[in-house]
Amino acid sequence: MDIDKANAQATERMIEARPILVGLAKASEVIPGMRDNLLLHAGPPITWDRASGPMRGAITGALIFEGKATDEAGAQALIESGEIGLEPCHHHQAVGPMSGLISPSMSVHILENKTHGNKAFSNLNEGYGKVLRYGAYSEDVQERLRWMEDVMAPVLADAIEASGGMDIRALIAEAMHMGDEGHNRNKAGSVLFTKNLAPHVAEVAKESETASEILRFRGDNALSVLNPVMAACKAMTDVAHGIEGSTIVSAMARNGTDFGMRVSGLGDRWFAAPAPPVKGLWFPGFTAEDANPDLGDSTITETAGIGGFAMAAAPAIVSFVGGSPKDAMNATLEMYEICYAEHKYFTIPPLDFRGTPTGIDISKVVETGITPRINTGVAHKEAGVGQVGAGLVRPPMSLFEEALVAFADQYGY
Amino acid sequence: MAVTNVEVRSGAYYDSVVLMQLQRSLADLAGVLDAGVMMGTGANKDVLAQSDLLAPDAEAAGPDDLVIVVRAEDGASAQSALDRVDELLAARRKGGVDQEYLPKSVESADQMMPDAQWVLVSIAGRYAAGVTREALRLGKHVFLFSDNVSVEDEVSLKQAAAEKGLLVMGPDCGTAIVNGVGLGFANRVRRGPIGMVAASGTGLQQVSCRVHQMGSGFTHALGTGGRDLSDAVGAVTARQGLDLFSRDPETKVIVLVSKPPAPKVAEELLQAARSAGKPVVVDFIGYSPPAQKVGNLHFVRTFDQAAALAVQLAAETPDGGPGPDLRLERFANVQRYLRGLFSGGTLAYEALLILQEYLPVVYSNAPIKKGQNVLENSMISQEHTIIDLGEDEFTVGRLHPMMDNDLRIRRLYQEAEDPEVAVVLLDVVLGYGSHPDPASELAPAIAKARAEAKKAGRHLEVVAVVVGTDEDPQGMEEQIAQLKAGGAKVETSNDTAVRYVGQLVQALGKPAKAAAAERQVNVELATLQQPLAGINVGLESFAESLVAQGAESIQVDWRPPAGGNEHLMAILERMKSK
Repeated sequence: MDIDKANAQATERMIEARPILVGLAKASEVIPGMRDNLLLHAGPPITWDRASGPMRGAITGALIFEGKATDEAGAQALIESGEIGLEPCHHHQAVGPMSGLISPSMSVHILENKTHGNKAFSNLNEGYGKVLRYGAYSEDVQERLRWMEDVMAPVLADAIEASGGMDIRALIAEAMHMGDEGHNRNKAGSVLFTKNLAPHVAEVAKESETASEILRFRGDNALSVLNPVMAACKAMTDVAHGIEGSTIVSAMARNGTDFGMRVSGLGDRWFAAPAPPVKGLWFPGFTAEDANPDLGDSTITETAGIGGFAMAAAPAIVSFVGGSPKDAMNATLEMYEICYAEHKYFTIPPLDFRGTPTGIDISKVVETGITPRINTGVAHKEAGVGQVGAGLVRPPMSLFEEALVAFADQYGY
Repeated sequence: MAVTNVEVRSGAYYDSVVLMQLQRSLADLAGVLDAGVMMGTGANKDVLAQSDLLAPDAEAAGPDDLVIVVRAEDGASAQSALDRVDELLAARRKGGVDQEYLPKSVESADQMMPDAQWVLVSIAGRYAAGVTREALRLGKHVFLFSDNVSVEDEVSLKQAAAEKGLLVMGPDCGTAIVNGVGLGFANRVRRGPIGMVAASGTGLQQVSCRVHQMGSGFTHALGTGGRDLSDAVGAVTARQGLDLFSRDPETKVIVLVSKPPAPKVAEELLQAARSAGKPVVVDFIGYSPPAQKVGNLHFVRTFDQAAALAVQLAAETPDGGPGPDLRLERFANVQRYLRGLFSGGTLAYEALLILQEYLPVVYSNAPIKKGQNVLENSMISQEHTIIDLGEDEFTVGRLHPMMDNDLRIRRLYQEAEDPEVAVVLLDVVLGYGSHPDPASELAPAIAKARAEAKKAGRHLEVVAVVVGTDEDPQGMEEQIAQLKAGGAKVETSNDTAVRYVGQLVQALGKPAKAAAAERQVNVELATLQQPLAGINVGLESFAESLVAQGAESIQVDWRPPAGGNEHLMAILERMKSK
């Protein structure tokens, strides 16, 4: 067995995947295995008793949204009794930022990889402040969710259909030349996304007021493209998974308690370790004390070669990595040390259009002692407060060591 | 009593991360209790409200307004904090981290400097073999300064290197000079016509310094590490160095220096040195040479003698320039031997003398030293052979070969049939008393022998030395013309003819090395002649020295693989080598 060949194949598939946003529909209608009494969440599997504050809050909010509970105690009872199932988004070709809660009647983006034919899904982004993904479930949060579902989603679905589909790989590539890294900075991508959809929204909306409302909502949210970008990354990394003999990481995800990882050649097993704290910059009034451990499926961006790995493309947010543009360069240069390939389509202007470091190789991580750099938002550790900051996190080294030993066992090294 | 001051700046846009940084700086100022810096969007104002920072002025701000809120112990502190906003925004937060990227592995250093031919390794011995292996995988020569590398590792590294045409100088190699650039501990030494291979660091330094002081200099001076000439290692690196210098047209004289070598290894290395095709000055400490001079080998006892003799020999050796194109491709793979069929006894003797510089062993029925390299049977050649057909065993009952060509022609056919024969050397002595027209018989025979060889897929090189004058009865020009028409290469100087065939068979013999060395690939000379670029793993001063000498260098920010965890290191090594 040739590890090198396997890794070349895995990264080639990841890079050549071409995810197109082809539609928007209810999770229950399109996500494989989705059912009425099931909730999807971020990260590796989690149970209620181990779930963090924001995860519990988001589960509660989703059950209130579905009309199955009215408060946290009710939600807890449903989950603990097993009446409502709780499974990772990743087990259903889906991803979601922060708590990543997807319930059956929520609308999800449908991404279709035109190269390999697989699909991936992600929910709608609610914007900033008190939002479900950070564990908030108060009435105003519910109200926004209902508006998104009842008013915005049908129009977006029609608009996406009218647009004939949007090439998200091309959009990421373009946004990267406009200062985005695709994870913590999605300003340019969100503007491009809104610009692309605007004429179609105007065309399909029955009332101009609705069109205006939707476009304002999306335009105000510099993260509106994050969810389809994540789903696109999921479509890319899924086709790199399951390559016999490959040491490439095919998923990284956190549930607020554990940091989980999957490796292409090691099947569907999750390698997990306690989610580390985030080295962050804090919003007014908050400190590291308030922060929940690392949370969310958005690490799928780094898995696919963007986000923290493309830091050199995003000089506006260099404060995360030390303050100077050179630090941002060095952050990306460091990631080349642990990646198998350089991306063919995602290029970085200040690095002379070098492709982003793509395809984390667990053997290189263990050898160099360099863990992946992940840009991320930080949730308050208590349900319902929301985002308290943003910063940089690295997964625990033990994940990679454990995976390497498992690889050696499985393949006889 | 805490005071909250607000400043709203309209139309000022900053990325939120810049603002978070500013907010942290403000909060750190003396007297400041809390600070909030955000664009005035609804969601942001909610955040400010949660922290009780949403003063009335801030509440009125719109999404395009920059809102700066400072809550301080008193009004003066609040105001002075606000006054510093511009200064803080303008401040560059370098904090000493604004530095060039240092690669973490040889592999990524290679990506940053793909032209680097060398990797310098000076990390702890237990990790040095791993880094060396990585360097060889990437096709780099290695200067291995580290000691405490096991003999087993040294053997396997050097074998792996030799199979790829790469050098591993070391382990425990303190010094070398490549293309005028010193590696490790090295003196600033002039370029010049001498090449050195040294299994002794201070020996290399002493000899190179003395050579410099005497006004000469080096093409390259290669270290091998002190164990190279041991039985276990078998002089792999020294052989490579010797081979390199024998092929290097810039190198006129080779110096071989070693700490006391293993006797068997010394003999084999000297055997190889005999074929160097240029003078080799040998200083093997504690070695008793058979003579001061054996063929092209010159034995000395001290570093100083080595330097002095090398300088002298280099001065005596004319500029060769690039050697003649021997067109080796004409020969079949198995062709490698020389057969000299002489009619003149002293011409044969001179040929044997000159060939000492090119070939370790030439058999003869009339050898230079009685009893050494004697043909078992004069009628049958062995390997390289020079026959004197004027000796008694050939002339009993027949004319001297200068008068009768019959025996030589038959022997010519016999040699031509031997698939291992590449070159036949003949003398044609003209003048009174000799055959009246030797070329009329020899030329057709040469043509026939060559044609037969060609039919069998071989090229037979026939070189004839014509000894005569234009006034000789046979007519020298006419004889030469006939021989050339028969396909012979003709010379009128025995020395020139013998040196030509010497070079030729020496070059043909190269691929047929000792069985152990069969898988070796020649080190490409060009990799030493290009401007030196080195990847440095270990002592930073080595990289600095390279740069000071005008070479390129990149420092690897190296750490033990897998954090020094031996179980994981072993897995990684197995995954790489399988």
